[in-house]
Amino acid sequence: MKLVKTLLASSALTVAAGAVSAQDMANELTLVSWGGAYQASQVKAYVEPYLEMHPEVSVTWDESSAEAVAKLRAMNEAGNVTWDLVDAVASDSMRLCDEGLAEELNHDEILAAAPDGTSATEDFGELLVSDCFVPQIVYSTTFGYRTDMVGDTPPSSVCDIFDLETYPGKRALQKRPIDNMEWALYCDGVDKDALYDTLGTDEGVERALAKLDTIKDQVVWWTAGAETPQLLADGEVVMGSTFNGRLFSAIAEQNQPIGMLWDMQSFDLDGWVVPAGLPADRHARVMDFLKFATDTQRLADQAAYISYGPARASSAPLVGLHAELGIEMAPHMPTDPANAGNVHVYDYEWWADNRDDLNAKFEAWLAK
Amino acid sequence: MSDMTDTSGPVLAADGTPLKRSLAKALRRQKLRALMLIAPLLLFILVSFILPIGDMLYRSVENKIVVNTLPRSVEALSGWDADSGELPDEAVFAAMAADLKEAYEARAHTRVGSRLNYEYPGISSVFRKSGRSAGRFDLESGGPWKDVLIDLDDGWADQGVWRTIQTYSPPVTSGYFLNAVDMRVGPDGAEMRPEAERIYMNLLVRTLWMSLLITFSCIVLAYPVAWLLANLPTRQANLLMILVLLPFWTSLLVRTSAWKILLQQQGVINDILVWVGLVDDNARLIIINNQFGTIVAMTHILLPFMILPMYSVMQTIPPSYLRAAKSLGATEWTAFWRVYFPQTIPGIGAGSILVFILAIGYYITPALVGGTKGTFISNQIAFHISTSLNWGLASALGAILLAVVLVLYWAYDKIVGIDNVKLG
Amino acid sequence: MAKLPPYATTGQRIWHYTFLVICGLIFFFLIAPIAVVIPLSFNSQNFFTFTKEMLSLDPDGYSLKHYRDFFSNPDWQNAMWNSIKIAPVATVISVSLGTLAAIGLSQPHVPARRAIMAILISPMIVPLIISAAGMYFFYSKINLAGTYWGVVLAHAALGIPFVIITVTATLVGFDRSLTRAAANMGADPVTTFFRVQMPLILPGVISGALFAFITSFDEVVVVIFVGSAKQQTLPWQMFTGLREQISPTILAVATILVAVSIVLLTIVELLRRRSERLRGMSPG
Repeated sequence: MKLVKTLLASSALTVAAGAVSAQDMANELTLVSWGGAYQASQVKAYVEPYLEMHPEVSVTWDESSAEAVAKLRAMNEAGNVTWDLVDAVASDSMRLCDEGLAEELNHDEILAAAPDGTSATEDFGELLVSDCFVPQIVYSTTFGYRTDMVGDTPPSSVCDIFDLETYPGKRALQKRPIDNMEWALYCDGVDKDALYDTLGTDEGVERALAKLDTIKDQVVWWTAGAETPQLLADGEVVMGSTFNGRLFSAIAEQNQPIGMLWDMQSFDLDGWVVPAGLPADRHARVMDFLKFATDTQRLADQAAYISYGPARASSAPLVGLHAELGIEMAPHMPTDPANAGNVHVYDYEWWADNRDDLNAKFEAWLAK
Repeated sequence: MSDMTDTSGPVLAADGTPLKRSLAKALRRQKLRALMLIAPLLLFILVSFILPIGDMLYRSVENKIVVNTLPRSVEALSGWDADSGELPDEAVFAAMAADLKEAYEARAHTRVGSRLNYEYPGISSVFRKSGRSAGRFDLESGGPWKDVLIDLDDGWADQGVWRTIQTYSPPVTSGYFLNAVDMRVGPDGAEMRPEAERIYMNLLVRTLWMSLLITFSCIVLAYPVAWLLANLPTRQANLLMILVLLPFWTSLLVRTSAWKILLQQQGVINDILVWVGLVDDNARLIIINNQFGTIVAMTHILLPFMILPMYSVMQTIPPSYLRAAKSLGATEWTAFWRVYFPQTIPGIGAGSILVFILAIGYYITPALVGGTKGTFISNQIAFHISTSLNWGLASALGAILLAVVLVLYWAYDKIVGIDNVKLG
Repeated sequence: MAKLPPYATTGQRIWHYTFLVICGLIFFFLIAPIAVVIPLSFNSQNFFTFTKEMLSLDPDGYSLKHYRDFFSNPDWQNAMWNSIKIAPVATVISVSLGTLAAIGLSQPHVPARRAIMAILISPMIVPLIISAAGMYFFYSKINLAGTYWGVVLAHAALGIPFVIITVTATLVGFDRSLTRAAANMGADPVTTFFRVQMPLILPGVISGALFAFITSFDEVVVVIFVGSAKQQTLPWQMFTGLREQISPTILAVATILVAVSIVLLTIVELLRRRSERLRGMSPG
């Protein structure tokens, strides 16, 4: 059934694409993404199907999403934007939009509606956090732990990170203040709703750093998402934070003795951004691809390769089995009710204001 | 050339011109020809290398963004006394409203906001939040702007915001450099940042200190090896030389990855130590992602740069000197310390400066094996270029590092001479 | 030190052998990290340590799978081809401009010689991160960032000091009377250059070229900043791999690169000896 539907959908799209290609469309597409399992899921879910429909198109990947803002700014200064479509986290997309580096999109006009006719705007709902942003997935930064190194009582709360007595050993944390400061305050007894008010004061920052101080000697700081799974697999750390999809692939695909801790995980979005000022032919190609890659079926397909929740409400019921393992994917999604009991939604606005300041304080603290 | 060699007369050249003039002409022509040969490369280096560095240095003081984005406000603010304890008057607010409207249309409002946010946290949201509404300002009849702006965002009622705009309005700023040495512009001029925010001076000191340690380890390890190479018969020395040159020619990344594999907690060294029984399996040594990892890996990587200059100096020291000293009654140690060692100092000096210069600029190896405590100032520069996007600060840090290197380069030129650099 | 004199005392003997052991250990330190990579690249497991099978020399413990991965993985292949496309072109630019300039610099009367030399050598001395930052900003302005030629130019600039140094070194011992003799016998300057000067400085030029080649081939900092995905080179790919997922394929790549450096090293050494021999033969 699903196959028939996919075929129908894609043939409909081919017709639509045929109509567009009346105007010239560039045949080269430079996509920017994160590499690793995530990029692989994009390739399988919609880049390969798209290339099958359009054999004349060739795709170049640039694994530079982490430096998306810096590189786009430099390209924009030069007036020579070589990227066509950029995968970026929500906060970066807002920054790009504010600086005029990303194109403002009319979501209902350029994106496919849900199969039942619901408009794209409604389908994505409040995940459309910026005019320049087409969300793909909901992910979260959460903790994984070595099941064989935590004894009989596996950690159940984010505050177990700070409990060196029950869970001795190294932990891996991301080398940035975001999330870590909030977790530290939360575990120091600050109310969840007051986290940012507290962090806004010098005393609050000191309090968070003092809490982090208690485990500082035991922390391995990571910068790339793949590091924590690797460190866990090698037994170099007993627990560590990373993106939930990375942990899923270590647990389910590579059968590592790793467990998942769903508590106070930090919710975030990732999606597409179109650089501002693309020439007409490249723009036409990007729009054609974007419409295909973010339709209901494609986003649901992506979930068969990685455990990130599709950003469209209409995709959720279509999330099925893992493409190779055949296990049910829904329970592994950060959006699953069983996992989303106590979540932390981080404040984009607040961090945009205080990032530079807190970075400096955090770096100074690290260097101490 | 030919008329110079053909010259035979004491006063006149063959063509009848005075010899002096003819020689001068030949010399000029020679100079010109030499310069013509050098010119293409010089031009190439200037465009592809020196200009980019000049551009970077310029960025470390450039601050045109404020006056370009907010020209009216900057002018109106020039009459405001920041110490008066009062907000600027309506004229300044009206100028800001006009600037904001224009800036929003050019999508420049957040850029100036992020620029000023480096100096005064929180300013970026004032600009971001006001920008959107500013697009709809009716400049003719929308006033009074003081109320409108403060209504939009109460940041406009903060004197610190206005003071920051005023302080950072000149097209050239020392702000980035002050930041790079952990200072800032306070109400009474430049002052040190609070203890908790000082990073860069410590980092620079750490970079210099670790480079010094690395240089010192290189000297200690290179000296015996260079001595052995210089005193072995040529054939054997050439064979052993391969062991020095192979690492020299091997990719930096290959060597760094090798060290990563060796030093990991589950790596080769720890495995061997556990296997031998020197270390308990639960107490494996932590020798990576800290200063130790950086120092070991970088010593290995830079060692050939120390051995080669030492070797070339030691080769020229005749062994008979040592024998003469000993035959005159010196002990082994005295003969070495008083006769041999002083002659090797130029080699040590050349190698040390070279290793030190290379070490303080390292980026890749500290990034891969240094963790948080073993990183260098280069890593912070890279962070500001690609992650925090504070390019002015990155450039200022780069300028400071460059200054240190240039001083050392100058010293190297004085002591060793650039022409005497030898490779292999 | 090579041989112990027969009259050496016991103390001297002990010191002699201790010294040799110390030197042996230092040589071990120099070479072991490189040597460890090679056997591990034939590991049949995805581990970075020696497995039991490997230690007992069981053939099952070894395999070529990491090499197969390197040759079949499009990312690695792409990176390899990019390296192969960039390094030789950068080398040609550095060598042609560098050799001309070195000849110019070796003329007897060059105004501001020291200053010019200092500028030409500076790409070797300025920390890579600074060069990278400057080029990133400046090349962006002139539309070179993220292009093939941008990377090539940047690499050519980095390779130039090596060419200057090696070619100048061969010219230092160059006997000027040879060119004069050639001119005397009626050869024009161009003929003199190609028939007399070139053969003598050729070893220097070639080893300078090899240095320039390896500089570009190994370079990672500048290409990360100046290049874009289309110019992703082998070292860049290795850097990404080391930072993120250390797949054992990196060891296979490392082994291949070690083999490349052995070849280059051998050529440079042979050339150096030939050059010394040639110059020893030349009169003066």
